[in-house]
Amino acid sequence: MAREKIEKKERMKIPRQPMPAQEPMDRIKNFNEVALGFTEELALAEADRCLECKKPKCVDGCPVGIDIPGFIVAIQQADFEGALAIIKKDNTLPAICGRVCPQEDQCEIVCVTGKKAEPVAIGRLERYVADWEMAQEGEVKMPELPPASGFKVAVVGSGPAGLACAADLALRGHKVTIYEALHKPGGVLVYGIPEFRLPKKIVQEEIGNLEKLGVEIRCNFVIGKTASVEELFSEYGFDAVFLGTGAGLPYFMGIPGENYIGVLSANEFLTRVNLMKAFAFPDFDTPVRLGDNVAVVGSGNVAMDCLRTAKRLGAKNVICLYRRTRDESPARLEELEHAEEEDIDFRWLASPVEIYGNEEGLVTGARVQVMELGEPDDSGRRRPVPIEGDQYDIELDQLIMGIGQGPNPLVTKSTKGLELNRWGNIVVDEETMMTSIDGVFAGGDIVTGAATVILAMGAGKKASEGIDAYLRGTAEASKTA
Amino acid sequence: MGMIVSIEEIAPAFKRYVVESPEVARKHEAGQFVIVLMGEHAERIPLTIADTDPEAGTITLVVQEVGKSTMEMGTMKAGDPIQVVGPLGKATHIENFGTCVCIGGGAGIAPMLPIARALKDAGNKVVSILGGRNEELIILRPEMIEASHEMIYTTDDGSFGKKGVVTDALKEYIEEHGKPDLVIAIGPAIMMKFVALMTKDYEIPTVVSLNTIMIDGTGMCGGCRVAVGGDSKFVCVDGPEFDAHEVDFDLMMKRQRIYLEEEEIARKRFLEQHACRATDGVEVS
Repeated sequence: MAREKIEKKERMKIPRQPMPAQEPMDRIKNFNEVALGFTEELALAEADRCLECKKPKCVDGCPVGIDIPGFIVAIQQADFEGALAIIKKDNTLPAICGRVCPQEDQCEIVCVTGKKAEPVAIGRLERYVADWEMAQEGEVKMPELPPASGFKVAVVGSGPAGLACAADLALRGHKVTIYEALHKPGGVLVYGIPEFRLPKKIVQEEIGNLEKLGVEIRCNFVIGKTASVEELFSEYGFDAVFLGTGAGLPYFMGIPGENYIGVLSANEFLTRVNLMKAFAFPDFDTPVRLGDNVAVVGSGNVAMDCLRTAKRLGAKNVICLYRRTRDESPARLEELEHAEEEDIDFRWLASPVEIYGNEEGLVTGARVQVMELGEPDDSGRRRPVPIEGDQYDIELDQLIMGIGQGPNPLVTKSTKGLELNRWGNIVVDEETMMTSIDGVFAGGDIVTGAATVILAMGAGKKASEGIDAYLRGTAEASKTA
Repeated sequence: MGMIVSIEEIAPAFKRYVVESPEVARKHEAGQFVIVLMGEHAERIPLTIADTDPEAGTITLVVQEVGKSTMEMGTMKAGDPIQVVGPLGKATHIENFGTCVCIGGGAGIAPMLPIARALKDAGNKVVSILGGRNEELIILRPEMIEASHEMIYTTDDGSFGKKGVVTDALKEYIEEHGKPDLVIAIGPAIMMKFVALMTKDYEIPTVVSLNTIMIDGTGMCGGCRVAVGGDSKFVCVDGPEFDAHEVDFDLMMKRQRIYLEEEEIARKRFLEQHACRATDGVEVS
């Protein structure tokens, strides 16, 4: 069914279509997805806003270079299947990326429509077509695979970097095995990002699609423990290895009282709830403690996830303590706004300096230092400086540290000859993504430090090109030798 | 996915599981542990490895039934699937120290077995002190005898060996034979605490293996953290073994009790459900 094309000047008049969402006071009582997704009508209206620029800026803004005008034009024609095929050429996880990519900082920020009006809602359209496919009867269509190359690649970690790398390698004809330490694949998509932002069913379906490409996933397998990187070559017969082990090491602040019961890392809190389903204790065996007063330190996406999860678990007062202001907050604006709608008590320019506990070792409160912004620091943001003598106490039953994660050292420390930087991240060649060890590649948070899902996917995808070139190069070399 | 090869009750509330897990069996070194998971609704439970058979591709777990998950594990049958991940944690530092006293209390005897063996193989004189409430609860005796040069037993009720606790036996040993070169203690936190206090006075290097609450076991959550020498350490990746004289046992014991209430809820619920099934069984027969 062909739709009529709309004149370009008319397109600018169509307003950006709003995302249907659960009402704040309803959604804080459940773990269902907050953003409900476009209807077909909304998707078509939104797609009509695209100007089909000859030199589209949005494609450059996308870390994986999706042909954005291409898929939006397909949506204009109501050819959702065609739209998805275009996306899948560059992105094998569209339902996930459509939900969690920071589009406002990537493709949408450079959108030409956005210069005079609001940018086209590219992420929402991506999500729409991915969800559309999942709702269709029958098998999801997968791209055709080339003949097998005969090469075997091990991908370490099944988070966004590993999944993207594995998908691209499979599409290039290589045999891929993903090794995952936890009992479910997905990495941060499963243990970190909550159900209300990224339903686990969606993650499972997209990972299932990877398996249809012939990618094998081995869970409960810890590289660095169950087998070393060296053994992946010598014992398991792989020709190349990709390390996408992420930023799994939780940071604590190093302030007094951090070992009181009720002080925990964002990773622990989110893993209990998301991966182990502690919200359904005792139907699920893993519990999570929660009182009435919960504070989360930090204001990134992980902190937002903790705040909103605590609210949904029934905490009455949920406080965000952040040492800078709302403007410097690293969270996506959408996440911040959602949290604000959900009655989170944001305390900007506030940082705990000591945690109080009782004789049983239970946390009872914290002393909060009030800050002001001083001169810009290395990150270009104004440095928070304590205001002397300006402190106050808060009562707490739980304090969650959402101040960031470092590189997980399990693989890096157990692999001889792997060059690391001073923060413990793996050093790679920026072109090929190869590490200091021949045939070992890396990408995602383990290289860059904690970043976003799509940047990790972009890195995984880039590494797949480096791995492919390496494999074909060594094959040529061994032929001529 | 691993599989249970056999289950055997070796003492009241103690079961020995042989589990198929070729990769773990191949890589395991003394001192390391695994995490097991019984199904979709299950929690991840850290369990020490008592023995391995790399050729058969199996590991042996000795588990004391204390809570819901370990009791549920006890209802499993040979052939049942079970997820196993590992071997996790650092291996015990083994060298020829001279004389090593290996103190195992209750369930702590199981992880001591591979350590005692490795110490003996490295040329140490191994003196094992095993303690339990009564004779039946001093598990793995034949295996420990084989792994040791000398055995000392203590029971709370005096039903076997010396009446008293392991620290009494340790003190007696030191007074009779002089200071050993190393003490390793694995058992209830309170036992390890008192061993540490005693050996600190005697200035004997002492290692303890800690068992704290864990989720992932790979350093990701920090739930297992303990204070060691004033620093926060993760038992799963920095341990499980630490210098006994540096561990803050009081804090660790408090942290072990975080989920006591929830553990009780889960245990009661399991027992109720289990009792129902048992009654059903009686009616059928």
